[in-house]
Amino acid sequence: MTPEFIETLWLTGKLAFLTTLCLFIIGLPVAYFLAFSRFKLKAVIEALVSMPMVLPPTVLGYYILVAYSPQHAFGGWLENVFNVRLAFSFEGILVASIIFGLPFMVQPLQTGLVQLPCSIREASYTLGKSKTITFFRVLLPNIKPSIITAIALTFAHSIGEFGIVLMVGGNMPGETRVASIAIYDEVQALNYHMANQYAFILFVVSLVILTLIYSIKQKPLM
Amino acid sequence: MLKLDVKRKMLTTDGEKILTINTEIPDGKLVCFFGKSGAGKTTMMRMISGLLEPMDGSISFDNDVWFDAKKKLFAKPQNRNIGYMFQDYALFPNMTVEGNIRYGQTIRNEDEVEYLLQLFDLTKLRKQKPTRLSGGQKQRCALARALARKPKLLLLDEPLSSLDYEMRSSLQEEILKVHQLMGVTTLMVSHDKEEIRKMADLVITIQKGVCNTIGINDFE
Repeated sequence: MTPEFIETLWLTGKLAFLTTLCLFIIGLPVAYFLAFSRFKLKAVIEALVSMPMVLPPTVLGYYILVAYSPQHAFGGWLENVFNVRLAFSFEGILVASIIFGLPFMVQPLQTGLVQLPCSIREASYTLGKSKTITFFRVLLPNIKPSIITAIALTFAHSIGEFGIVLMVGGNMPGETRVASIAIYDEVQALNYHMANQYAFILFVVSLVILTLIYSIKQKPLM
Repeated sequence: MLKLDVKRKMLTTDGEKILTINTEIPDGKLVCFFGKSGAGKTTMMRMISGLLEPMDGSISFDNDVWFDAKKKLFAKPQNRNIGYMFQDYALFPNMTVEGNIRYGQTIRNEDEVEYLLQLFDLTKLRKQKPTRLSGGQKQRCALARALARKPKLLLLDEPLSSLDYEMRSSLQEEILKVHQLMGVTTLMVSHDKEEIRKMADLVITIQKGVCNTIGINDFE
């Protein structure tokens, strides 16, 4: 194993871990809102959250790249206020990965919340507990399988991201070169031995994660 | 005293109906709501608890106004000191029997948890999760939890409907015992005439959206 190989795997793991962590924090309130809100435009928000599932990664990647450009409002604001350029940086692919992974985190959480009987939420309210306490002490502990599915799916999806990372981050070793891009790069260079090593590790990690999800789903809730 | 003067639109199989109630329930009484399925008994309980907002009117309990349409006042269920026992018991699956009871307390008091466990014969089951309990045990646990908050008003939504005759009879006794012991004003939904005669001080009948309060001696 070369240092470059380890560095690429480390970067891939770091990207997947940080994406999953950020999405868990963002996904919980979004899933709660989508599960219980009666907001009139909820369907629009739901559609926006689910867009990355149907949109080609290159399309999303293109729009994110345009948004990062200092010639546009968001990119210009980032450069003027924080002196930061997100295009072709690790932070840039992290933000892109968070946007792209949103439905993989939100949808299982939302499904878990919707499937809980209304009465347990209402029982908590009649016992004098606020919505926040009810969420953390009653709702979340009762959707554990959904939480594990959401985390595992998001992590597995982030590990294998290709299109959007290539569009937004390019192929910079140590900065934006993740395993899926390295495989493509090695195949282009006819270096099948290295490509095989990357591919095998991604294959094993994905298999372990999916086995974990299915074994949890087979167990009863309590 | 619970003062009810509320209206709410209700969708039934016969179309849209206005459910109307105007009554006063004295403190410490056990009152049963009686009516056919879909008559609006649960809707009434949900309006009293604050889980559903009435269309018009007012609800007050002693000196607290819980709902006043004119003043646009609506107290959330968290701010009404009630105990609500749901038809499906709504026990929290992630908590044990004692965890469910403890969760209901406003201020943590272990002696009170012990008292409720003993009162409802749940001491041996204290570490069990709700999925491991029988129907009667779940019912007792839900009742203990509803009382853990020391409510001024206890709402029981068809608490005995899913139990067999023997269990039903023994739990009717249990509810009566608790009612006499704690003296808490209790509203109970039932469509079992025999059960109502055995338990209630007053009956509120709901028919075609209109509620009438009658004494138990006049209930046929």
